[in-house]
Amino acid sequence: MSNSIVLAGPAAETTRIVAFWILAIFAVGAALGMVVARKAVHCALLLAVVMLSLAILYLMLGAPFLALVQIIVYTGAVLMLFLFVLMIVGISAADSLIETIRGQRLWALIGGIAMLVLLSLTIGHAVIGPAAPGSAKFGNANVTTLAHLIFTTYLYPFEITSALLITAAVGAMVLAHRERLKPKPTQRDLAAERIASGRPTPLPGPGTYAQHNGVHMPALLPDGTQSELSVSEVLAGRTGVAEQPPAALPGGSSSSAGQEAGDQ
Amino acid sequence: MVTPAHFIALSVILFVIGAVGVLVRRNAIVVFMCVELMLNAANLAFVAFARMHGGLDGQVIAFFVMVVAAAEVVVGLAILTAIFRARRSASVDDANLMKY
Repeated sequence: MSNSIVLAGPAAETTRIVAFWILAIFAVGAALGMVVARKAVHCALLLAVVMLSLAILYLMLGAPFLALVQIIVYTGAVLMLFLFVLMIVGISAADSLIETIRGQRLWALIGGIAMLVLLSLTIGHAVIGPAAPGSAKFGNANVTTLAHLIFTTYLYPFEITSALLITAAVGAMVLAHRERLKPKPTQRDLAAERIASGRPTPLPGPGTYAQHNGVHMPALLPDGTQSELSVSEVLAGRTGVAEQPPAALPGGSSSSAGQEAGDQ
Repeated sequence: MVTPAHFIALSVILFVIGAVGVLVRRNAIVVFMCVELMLNAANLAFVAFARMHGGLDGQVIAFFVMVVAAAEVVVGLAILTAIFRARRSASVDDANLMKY
């Protein structure tokens, strides 16, 4: 793996230093951004940056297996799960800036600094030696040695994790399952509901007879007014409905001209 | 010279940032992400100490932490969707029914 390249040779030391500082700055910057960013999606993407930086740091520390697991499991699976849930739970929801507990941010910051001082003092007292001399365990033989450890010394914990994973899967299914309280509406029910709603036709598509057919461009009704129903609520909430001049369409050729503009 | 101490220091900083995030943020999903950040910081410390001692036990523990974190995320996010379905909000301030 690539860490054997990083570990060997005198010139590699400079590479290691440069790589460490670049990755450390990336990771800390992205982590700070994650705490500060107001939109949850930005937080998720910044967390991805932190996790990818950590994966490369694992490579530098002689853990190629963990680096790949970090990318596949964390960045691939866990973060995608986060993004899926964000799509369900309201993509537009940004944190409000009003504090519900007075002085919460200030005290959290003070607590954080206190924790940093405490951890630094404790770890500063511990003796952190230099890295052990490099061996095949941290290079090409990493995966086989880890496999030996997992399937001999750590066999019981490994087996117990399977019970944990099954419990988690069953728990997620139970929690996310929704009981159907009413019988499934039939086609007849749906048709009756539609007629009763007062709008039996489909909603107007965005951009119909408008200047262009962007999804944020409201359709023009026959009298030249805009139809708010033609733009998705999520889109209107995020970017706002596009402005367009209220000019009435010119006489006879209006429908064909509008159609051409819409097709472009 | 990059020693394991550098990696430990980075892991401490990331852990503290994650802890502050848990305290400050009120969107439950973002709180969850900050918890993930803290777990990742702990993993980095495990791997750095494994490199210092020259054994692979630390890496095995980090591997188990990843497994547990994955299970935790699955169940936690399922709880969040259930709460969101019940009260249309993902803010930790709104889930205060136990208070009364």
